[in-house]
Amino acid sequence: MNSPNSFRTQPDERGHFGDYGGRYVAETLMPLVLDLEREYRAAQADPAFKAQFDDLLEHYVGRPSPLYFAERLTEALGGAQVWFKRDELNHTGAHKINNCIGQILLAMRMGKTRIIAETGAGQHGVATATVCARFGLPCVIYMGAEDIRRQQPNVFRMKLLGAEIVPVTSGRGTLKDAMNEGLRDWVANVHDTFYIIGTAAGPHPYPEMVRDFQSVIGIEARAQMLSRTGRLPDLAVACIGGGSNALGLFHPFLDDPEVKLLGVEAAGHGLDGDEHAASLLGGFPGVLHGNKTYLLQDDDGQITEGHSISAGLDYPGIGPEHAWLKDMERVEYTAVTDDEALDAFQLLCRTEGIIPALEPSHAIAAVTKRAKEMPDDAIILANLCGRGDKDIFTVAEKLGVEI
Amino acid sequence: MTRLSSAFSKPHPALVCFVTAGDGDTAANLDALVEGGADVIELGMPFTDPMADGPAIQAANIRSLGAGTTTADVLRIARKFRDRHPDVPLVLMGYANPMIRRGPEWFASAASDAGVDGVICVDIPPEEDDALGPQLRAAGIAPIRLATPTTDAARLPQVIEGSEGFLYYVAVAGITGMQQAAIGSIEANVSRIKQSTDIPVAVGFGVRTPEQAAEIAQVADGVVVGSALVELVGEHGADAPSKLRELTASLAKAVHSAAKA
Repeated sequence: MNSPNSFRTQPDERGHFGDYGGRYVAETLMPLVLDLEREYRAAQADPAFKAQFDDLLEHYVGRPSPLYFAERLTEALGGAQVWFKRDELNHTGAHKINNCIGQILLAMRMGKTRIIAETGAGQHGVATATVCARFGLPCVIYMGAEDIRRQQPNVFRMKLLGAEIVPVTSGRGTLKDAMNEGLRDWVANVHDTFYIIGTAAGPHPYPEMVRDFQSVIGIEARAQMLSRTGRLPDLAVACIGGGSNALGLFHPFLDDPEVKLLGVEAAGHGLDGDEHAASLLGGFPGVLHGNKTYLLQDDDGQITEGHSISAGLDYPGIGPEHAWLKDMERVEYTAVTDDEALDAFQLLCRTEGIIPALEPSHAIAAVTKRAKEMPDDAIILANLCGRGDKDIFTVAEKLGVEI
Repeated sequence: MTRLSSAFSKPHPALVCFVTAGDGDTAANLDALVEGGADVIELGMPFTDPMADGPAIQAANIRSLGAGTTTADVLRIARKFRDRHPDVPLVLMGYANPMIRRGPEWFASAASDAGVDGVICVDIPPEEDDALGPQLRAAGIAPIRLATPTTDAARLPQVIEGSEGFLYYVAVAGITGMQQAAIGSIEANVSRIKQSTDIPVAVGFGVRTPEQAAEIAQVADGVVVGSALVELVGEHGADAPSKLRELTASLAKAVHSAAKA
């Protein structure tokens, strides 16, 4: 069981992670959010729910994902051993599906008959459209018009899976605007609609629930690491947009003090300007999309738009548990630039034969720096949370290659 | 008696009119609402992410922020309104983040200095009252809560507790400026609320015409009109005040001639 000083007992009964989290939603949604929490508690206590979740993860998603020793990358870096949790091998190619399986089972338990979701890069949209097709529920995906333009392959995937894509033109037409539109839909369709939020943010219980569904990553990795190496890693690393893959990896290690944890934000063109998406390192606490957390915002509390080469990281907020873990100093947060991520992307392609998504390329970039500073008997565990097929056009453009 | 309680003690239901601060010539727009017969003014604080608002008020937020409106500008607009109209209640409506950015005490005190009577914060439900409610009450500003069709009997007392000034009944589960709720459902919900509290109940969301306003005024203490006014500002820009005065006057006539609920 957790010790009294455990980092794993958050949030409190009001959904607060210290000062962060909570339920900052319009009154119309409040009863629904309370309902969702009740139903989630009931599901947690129901062995049949867990059995169905585990069964789908094993036979539909393809879990457990492998733990892989990146031998040539380790050699190339000349320092700590680098191990990857291969969540890019999941069905749909990213960690997002873990959460979608959990939430759609909950939606059906609640008798909801319509699913909505927001998406930025399209990975969460694809995962949501996938589980909707699997369970025969109609699916509406809100996606910024600008992101639709940038992520055509994922838009087509969602359409093939039967989802309706609604282009969002308000604001700058990116992820946060898509989330606003998702919330507007939800508030108008509370009676039959379930909102599958894609990251560990939003009103309580979403941050807790998404973390729990994603914790399968860290639970597996911890057991695999113990069985393969006989010990825990010295450092675990994951990229952070909203923060769900990082929490999924970190949470099971939070009470292992010997395991250092490193979250990697997107520094875009650099933290000294406005062109980044590092909410923790470059933002301030505030309230958006149902929770209190670090936000990219100006002095008047107006939300500013992040920038990252990775469409999955350019969200101006961050899951509230990360905000708390930062303040508690249990997790260290750093940021890497577009260029560093692009270098790491190419390095992994050539040393390991793995094309990573641009999101985990940020984690890999941080790993390349840290590995060199650590002895060769040290172990780094990094989450490879998505594969890079969706990003080849962006990368080609950046490298000046026409395809 | 506070300005808000006076407005709801008139022999007729109150007309509550909303425009967004910094959208067009706000001072002239506000004066037009008062001249047209508005009993309470709701001044919208622009926000980049107005999640509870429909297209009309979203567009007003974008216009206002695009024109460079700051929190200081909003408070200045409020202060000058108070100087011109010492007796007309003024309520700020908006979202949590711009209100708490410099700390809730700062905002409560700045709003109080600007002569603001009440604050409606869309995304601070009773569960998160600590974020702003105590500071507003300490500064003598009424935290005005929202009740909705989804606020069930079990929850209603929690919404009413700590609510001051008036209770804003959101007639539709949805966003501002879209469809109108059936009058039967509004009447049932308002009378349910009024059985539990003496606070005046004003009804808004989806109210666009004098006919709708008159119907609602039969069953409520006040009627809130926002998007229809904001659309006039968007459409007519600098010429909006005369249009606003006209629409407000017809709304006021409809609301004021309804029998008090």
